[in-house]
Amino acid sequence: MAGSDLRTPVSRACGLGSAKSGTAHWWAQRVTAIALFPLMIFLLSTGIIYGLGSYQDALKWLSYPAVSVGMIVFLVAGFYHAMLGLRVILEDYVHQEGLKIGLIILVNFICFVSAVTGIFSVLKIALS
Amino acid sequence: MTSQKKCPQERPLSPHLQIYRPQLTSVMSITHRMTGVVLFVGMIMVVVGLCAVACGAESFRFFSGFSMSLAGQAILAGFLWSFYYHMGNGVRHLIWDTGRGFDLKTVYAGGWVVVGASLLLTVLTWFAAGEVLAIKEGLMNGR
Repeated sequence: MAGSDLRTPVSRACGLGSAKSGTAHWWAQRVTAIALFPLMIFLLSTGIIYGLGSYQDALKWLSYPAVSVGMIVFLVAGFYHAMLGLRVILEDYVHQEGLKIGLIILVNFICFVSAVTGIFSVLKIALS
Repeated sequence: MTSQKKCPQERPLSPHLQIYRPQLTSVMSITHRMTGVVLFVGMIMVVVGLCAVACGAESFRFFSGFSMSLAGQAILAGFLWSFYYHMGNGVRHLIWDTGRGFDLKTVYAGGWVVVGASLLLTVLTWFAAGEVLAIKEGLMNGR
């Protein structure tokens, strides 16, 4: 193979540099996925059994400490997992550098604000 | 396709989507990505729901009313299937991450298991939720 600097032909043709950090992203995606698996099963099953029905049912279900904590962990892990996944999608399909970075930042903000809003709501319910 | 900033020369690209026949592998892969995006929207809906509960009975009634409408139920079913598909295929991805299951037979078998399981689990969950609601309604009406 031509070239001894361990670069791919297309990277040399385009003058691309290093891909920076990818391993941390890959690992975080797996760890959040593993965390979300039992968490979702727990929230979905208890939610259907205890949370469905009237307003009181929903309120009571969310006030169980295990559910409140579970919901908060779900919001953090879930939105982080989503953020990482959406970032890869944007990197794959958006090729104008400025637009790509802008959209990645926008997605990050949406995920962050949504997670915080959700956490605030859960605390408001559980602590009242 | 290369970034227009980093690579001033337009590099040629071989035809791919135009000529490659869709297979279970490629279709399941893009579906995994699409269900991921759908679930992102679903998570925002969860936050909206949490806000509805936190804001009191009136806002909850509005949220609950929409959930019970035909459109709401269709959207919920869509989210439910997307969730089971994404979770099932996600497990398939995690198994690949351990280095196992890359032979074509296992890839296809696992793929069909995920598709089947996602449909089955969606239907089972739907029925279970319906039963729970029916039981609660029965209790409320003093059966």
